[in-house]
Amino acid sequence: MNALPTAAAQVLERFQQAASWEQRARLLMQWGNQLEAVGTEECNETNRIQGCESLVWLIDASSENHLHFRAVSDARILRGLLALLLLRINGLTRQELDTIDLADWFAQLGLSRQLSPSRSNGLNAVLQRMRELADTKT
Amino acid sequence: MSLISPWRSDFPALAAFEAENQTYLDSAATAQKPLVLIDALHACYSYGIANVHRAQHLPAERSTQAFEAARQKMADWIGAGSPSRIVFTRGATEALNLLAYGLEHLIQPGDDIVVSALEHHANLLPWQQLALRRQARLVILPIDDAGMVDLDAARQMIGSRTRLLAVSQLSNVLGSWQPLAELLPMARTHGALTIIDGAQGAVHGRHDVQKIGCDFYVLSSHKLYGPDGVGILYGRNEALNQLQHWQFGGEMVRAADYHAAEFHSTPFGFEAGTPPIAGVIGLGATLDYLAGLDMVAVSAHEQSLHAELMAGLLARKSIRIVAHPQTALVSFNAIGVHHADLSHLLTEQGIAVRSGTHCAMPLMKHLGLAGAIRVSLGLYNDSSDLQRFFTALDQALELLA
Repeated sequence: MNALPTAAAQVLERFQQAASWEQRARLLMQWGNQLEAVGTEECNETNRIQGCESLVWLIDASSENHLHFRAVSDARILRGLLALLLLRINGLTRQELDTIDLADWFAQLGLSRQLSPSRSNGLNAVLQRMRELADTKT
Repeated sequence: MSLISPWRSDFPALAAFEAENQTYLDSAATAQKPLVLIDALHACYSYGIANVHRAQHLPAERSTQAFEAARQKMADWIGAGSPSRIVFTRGATEALNLLAYGLEHLIQPGDDIVVSALEHHANLLPWQQLALRRQARLVILPIDDAGMVDLDAARQMIGSRTRLLAVSQLSNVLGSWQPLAELLPMARTHGALTIIDGAQGAVHGRHDVQKIGCDFYVLSSHKLYGPDGVGILYGRNEALNQLQHWQFGGEMVRAADYHAAEFHSTPFGFEAGTPPIAGVIGLGATLDYLAGLDMVAVSAHEQSLHAELMAGLLARKSIRIVAHPQTALVSFNAIGVHHADLSHLLTEQGIAVRSGTHCAMPLMKHLGLAGAIRVSLGLYNDSSDLQRFFTALDQALELLA
């Protein structure tokens, strides 16, 4: 397991201090507000992720060496989950994306159910799309 | 007044859910099972199972008898008149697909297949695909604000080109009983076959398929407190006789050669391969259980509970109920709140409700909704479930405000 980037370590600490579901939900919504901006023109069909109950757009702004995604959703909690996902993924190399244990990341945050195999969950579809995008560039 | 379900303790899962702080309000998706069914499944396997309609040995005889007794019980439960009019399938969806293939030969290019705008994907996609295979036209009957098929429009749209009419008895999203007594004669006048999707309707009240007057009626065991993996297709004799075989294999065949075969008629000709034996026997146990209940009391309980659910939602200013639910379930949204957010926070609080498009994407688009939360009731739910739901709903809305 790679060492956590500083920002990820900080957010982890805050989530681990959240004692109740309300606090976790509030934190999620706060983090959702900190997503990097996505323009309305980027919220198009090409960037839209199929298979989510909510609308999700994912934009790949990765460089040669490092992953960089931006994402947005019309649902607030999902925006928070996306922020936590991006926080853990952005800055990694493509190879690191394959080895990173995201289930463990969300479990540490107390959000393990959000990566459940249920098809109704949007986060898995987002992750799958990220992997496809990363693969097409290698 | 607090409503208490006298049947709750017959369902072990309700106590198990309570122990893990889960409130189950998703019975329209699948229902919990009575202990008698669990015992029947246990007995099936622990006393020894055998395949049905094949061997002569004692275990096979016992399996076959229990299996066929369940067919009789199903026929009795829905007033089919004869067990030979009951075909066991792997689910309601499979039963509808059976019809879409079995009746395909009746559809010519330019014919009309009529469904309603509120159909579940299971009663839409088989017909949509049949229409595409045969260059037929799929006609969509509009619904009114109350969530009922618009009868005036239906009168205009059902005509001499109509071959099939397939509609739900009770909407899985809107909770509205459809006006079958008015609709079915419109199709019959033109010699069209009628198919009723009873997946939701069959669970609420007891219905007599011969009184409904449809050609085919489809229902799902797992929603009717029975095991999953079992569906039921009822057909009138004349309607069943029009079906062509669709799945081929063991037991549905009367005589087989390498290059040709002859098949059984209904029901056996439509039960290819080993059926869900224990599931069907378990369903028989569930039907015994249901037959022993005072259905008037069950319906009264369900109606009172539904009224309590409606009143509670209507009392909350930000809640918008979808259409005018009459029974069993309510779909709703909160103004300015994404249904996925609300669903997330209800889940966090152990409230098991469904969120999304409820296997009816065209209907949701038609209603202009991205989705909705659906609360659905079983006979085992009572006021305590609704109180926990409303407390959680208020908490969630406060957080999302």
